[in-house]
Amino acid sequence: MAKAAIKAMDATRVHPLAGQSFGGPNVSIAPAPEAYRCSLRADARAVPSLSKALGIKLPRSAKQSITAADRSALWLGPDEWLIIDTHVDPLDDLSKVRVLHSAVDISHRNTALLVKGPRAADVINAGCPQDLSLAAFPVGACSRTILGKIEVVLLRTDVDAFRVEVWRSFSAYAFELLSTAASHN
Amino acid sequence: MNAHAKVQPNRIAGHGRLTPANQTRFTFDGKTYGALVGDTVASALIANDVHLVGRSFKYHRPRGIVTAGPEEPNALLGIARDVTRHTPNIRATTQEVFDGLQATSQNRWPSLKYDIGEVNDVASPFLSAGFYYKTFMWPRKAWDKVYEPFIRNAAGLGHAPEHADPDHYAAQFAHCDVLVIGGGIAGLCAALKAAKAGARVIICDEQPQFGGAFHFDVDAQVNGRPGFEWAQETAAQLSEMDNVRVLGRTTAFGYYAQNFVGLVERVTEHVSAPAPGTPRERLWQVRAGQVLIATGAIERHMVFANNDRPGILLASAARTYLNHYGVAVGKNVGVYTANDSAYLAAFDLKRAGVQIPAIVDVREAIDPKLASQALELGIRVLTGHAVIAAGGKLRVSSMSVSKAGGGSEQVIPVDALIMSAGWTPSVHMFSQSRGKVKFDAETNRFLPGIYAQDCICIGACNGTDDLGQTVEEALKAGENAAKNTVARPKRAALNVKTIGGESWNGNMVGAAPGAEAGKVVKAFVDYQNDVTAKDIRLAVQEGFHSIEHVKRFTTNGMATDQGKLSNMHGLAIAAEALGKEIPEVGLTTFRAPYTPVTFGAIVNHSRANLFDPTRTTPIHDSEVALGAIFEDVGNWKRAWYYPRAGEDMHTAVNRECKTVRETVGMFDGSTLGKIEVVGPDAAKFMHLMYTNPFMKLGVGKLRYGIMCREDGYIYDDGVVGRIAEDRFHVTTTTGGAPRVLNHMEDYLQTEFPDLKVWLTSTSEQWAVIAVQGPKARDIIAPFVEGIDLSNEALPHMSMATGRICGVETRLMRMSFTGEAGYEINVPADHGRMVWDTLYATVNAAGGCAYGTEAMHVLRAEKGFIIVGQDTDGTVTPHDAGLGWAVGKKKEDFVGIRGLQRPDLVAKGRRQLVGLRSKDSRSVLDEGAQIVADAAQHDKMIGWVSSSYWSENAGSPIALALIEGGFDRMGETLFVPMPDRTIEVEVCRSVFVDEDGGRVHG
Repeated sequence: MAKAAIKAMDATRVHPLAGQSFGGPNVSIAPAPEAYRCSLRADARAVPSLSKALGIKLPRSAKQSITAADRSALWLGPDEWLIIDTHVDPLDDLSKVRVLHSAVDISHRNTALLVKGPRAADVINAGCPQDLSLAAFPVGACSRTILGKIEVVLLRTDVDAFRVEVWRSFSAYAFELLSTAASHN
Repeated sequence: MNAHAKVQPNRIAGHGRLTPANQTRFTFDGKTYGALVGDTVASALIANDVHLVGRSFKYHRPRGIVTAGPEEPNALLGIARDVTRHTPNIRATTQEVFDGLQATSQNRWPSLKYDIGEVNDVASPFLSAGFYYKTFMWPRKAWDKVYEPFIRNAAGLGHAPEHADPDHYAAQFAHCDVLVIGGGIAGLCAALKAAKAGARVIICDEQPQFGGAFHFDVDAQVNGRPGFEWAQETAAQLSEMDNVRVLGRTTAFGYYAQNFVGLVERVTEHVSAPAPGTPRERLWQVRAGQVLIATGAIERHMVFANNDRPGILLASAARTYLNHYGVAVGKNVGVYTANDSAYLAAFDLKRAGVQIPAIVDVREAIDPKLASQALELGIRVLTGHAVIAAGGKLRVSSMSVSKAGGGSEQVIPVDALIMSAGWTPSVHMFSQSRGKVKFDAETNRFLPGIYAQDCICIGACNGTDDLGQTVEEALKAGENAAKNTVARPKRAALNVKTIGGESWNGNMVGAAPGAEAGKVVKAFVDYQNDVTAKDIRLAVQEGFHSIEHVKRFTTNGMATDQGKLSNMHGLAIAAEALGKEIPEVGLTTFRAPYTPVTFGAIVNHSRANLFDPTRTTPIHDSEVALGAIFEDVGNWKRAWYYPRAGEDMHTAVNRECKTVRETVGMFDGSTLGKIEVVGPDAAKFMHLMYTNPFMKLGVGKLRYGIMCREDGYIYDDGVVGRIAEDRFHVTTTTGGAPRVLNHMEDYLQTEFPDLKVWLTSTSEQWAVIAVQGPKARDIIAPFVEGIDLSNEALPHMSMATGRICGVETRLMRMSFTGEAGYEINVPADHGRMVWDTLYATVNAAGGCAYGTEAMHVLRAEKGFIIVGQDTDGTVTPHDAGLGWAVGKKKEDFVGIRGLQRPDLVAKGRRQLVGLRSKDSRSVLDEGAQIVADAAQHDKMIGWVSSSYWSENAGSPIALALIEGGFDRMGETLFVPMPDRTIEVEVCRSVFVDEDGGRVHG
């Protein structure tokens, strides 16, 4: 087969929840736009160099994230961050860094749901035991936590908006749990 | 509508808080009754002069409504909305009436009034405490046909629903600074005080309306308002505050560790036509900074002969029915008490026009104020007297009264009898929090003693009887709770002035006169489990001295009401029989749930698809389109086989197996676990975690690795690729993915923390498509860019990165089938496109997709093990014939010491070998036992781990773990089956392509 035929192939990404969404008066749930994701592991010593390379200051304490332009860095552990970028692959920026670290492409491992609306926190609290009050979980707070029977990474993007990062094969469960909770509130 | 109002003979005009114009109706045992909106089924039945509502559990005695709250032991009804919504054992005293509610009495046949089970009452000498343990001992034969059916029949009240529950139940986690359990005056004051100070507050109450004791106590004033009205206004005020969540109809049922409290909210149980989408109930799981327990107190009944006759109620219940529901419990109501509060009920009833023939008080002396008030109202008071027995059967008709010490009896006709033995503080929540209660001998009650969690009891549950003191205590607790949980509490004035309030003086525990030891009467202690005072004495007499044993022997307090009325009486009677003080005998443990909780609330959203996550691969929809049949592997749906028109599983699998060996097959391996191991010490770490040597594995090379536990037994296996000097792509079994990552992480953090390496799960980053068979290379070649597929450049067990179908790939030349082939890793979101593209070519070339069953057969034909199927946690690499995978020169790896244990190197261990059926037809059962001597079936020397029909070999094939298997080649062994014994021959575990040349093709 000619290589031209390969070029014609559809290399656009297929979101596992493509076409699905939930819209209610108090909450909406929709798949997030595609993104690059990287699991970044490093000791504290490497943080300045990595921050510089990523163009974003890696947060250093629990439940914190930072977002600048299309890129977010979520603190998941003392030596672990989740980097999400909707346009540029963070691995490209990290490839030049010499300081000791591990960067692994997980763009396709995770997918994400955007939960928005005045009841967004209540709907997530149907399956998530975290305290989602603004005092305890302000805008920008993030946490690796549970949603019903699965693990998720939760990021508050606005007062009434959350990003729920979930492993690909658990996304159908996450969507159904959230939309079920939203429609039985 | 007015017709119904007329037929409610006990409804007293001008009394109660319900609106006479708000009429509604319901049925009880098929008959229609009128009710008012706001009625409970109990208040509506009493309004209609119905007291007989059920039959008791053991003796089938007629029973009526005893209480007006959740402590109700008797009035348990089946409540239905329609055919699919029927719930047994609902307390009539808490179920609100809605239009169309259908209530049914339980435990009676053929009817409530004529119940054949009543014979048990006559036969009661044979059914005394512990009769289960004594009666059903022998003969053994009687168990299946007589005893078990009898016990099962007698077990439980009501009938379980037969239809699936059509309703939805919701769930919500919530956090607060202060959780207030109970919405009486104590709870309301504390909640308001804490909320005003800025605390996040949740306050819940099990009743539809807040106000607690103000439901019946109409004498008290709060801030110049009647208590009940003040409570409604305060609850409304709380509802309007942003930092407060007010939950009515919500029961706190369980107090767990670290101030985690379970609440269940009944959202639509009182609504005639619930709005679509509204859940039936909602489970709240609350984590609170501090818990304020304001659960009040529960009145106790008097223990006297036939104290269970319908129409005999608690005094406070009668007062609630009158003052809240506007219902008199009878027209001629007797009063039996050891306590002041029954007087107040009698006075209210008398003022409402009800006859009170006498107040019988076991106490010799009473408060002169009460005596003069009684005199004023024209009520006869018999102090130092006792009700020896109640008359009547389906309804109380009289009370026999005599002096407490004995003497002549007078029979006083009544149509209802109200009673009070005093109040038991509700220490359930406190006790569930693991707090220790202490006994207060002066008031005969257990009160909160030593706290185990951050909670405070306030008001009646703390033994605080006076209204003013309750308010003071509650405000203090609310203020302190805010101080303890809020960073900068606000100073907020809150004045609550009270006038009046209930006198709760006086009490008695244990049997009343006439039901003392030696008297053969049925004086019920526990109504729900039919336990009498005599039963408890019998238990003590038979040698049960611990209250926990007495409880289990008599079942006192073990019914769904958890002995809310009976525990103190039971304890007092046991103590008396033992000749000990109450605190010496001790109290049984309070356990969750406080009142029964539905399975619906506990399960809530986790039904149907949400029962457990179903995981599908990125290629799943294409497999569905190809007609795949799926099997469950853990939470995954995996394509099992792909039947074509007219094929059963057997023929489909045979075709798939042949096609792979003759042409080419495609397989979805996406569920394989994958771990990326990255860091300068990655190779060193791999070298330690696996039995194989990894230091010298070249970049671009693959290695089959075995992972052992410390004990030397196989834990997992998989192919590992070296992507770069400092980066490995590790695969695990599908089921092993999470535990292998945890196992590695455990060792990394505890044993090898000095290694500079990190682990990341990439299981779902990559879709994996296996293309296997002689034509595999031809199939993929046109789509591959940047990788030389020649045997020289990419031999068996090597890998390369490049592109396939225009997307990035980690292309691995490897085989789990024994054929030449590839496992193509592509980013998951592209998996389906790559599969569909390759499948079109495979299909055109005469190939096919194959499922997990064919994969299992193909690997068994080559003797490749599946961890968990051909290993059982006691198999070493050597036992599995994989000794070559254990690095001989390695100085350390996880399991190296285990493998040197004498037992693990001894002769005669079970070893993995092949088996051929001698008849060339019989496919063995997996798990079948293997014996060496056809005549001696009980001496097992091994078992069949894998067994299939192999179309490629033209015969059955099997793998088995057999003692000394490697030394038995060619031996004949036997597989005894229920109908015959199959002869097998031990062979090498390779059934096709014995020299293994095909993978290199």
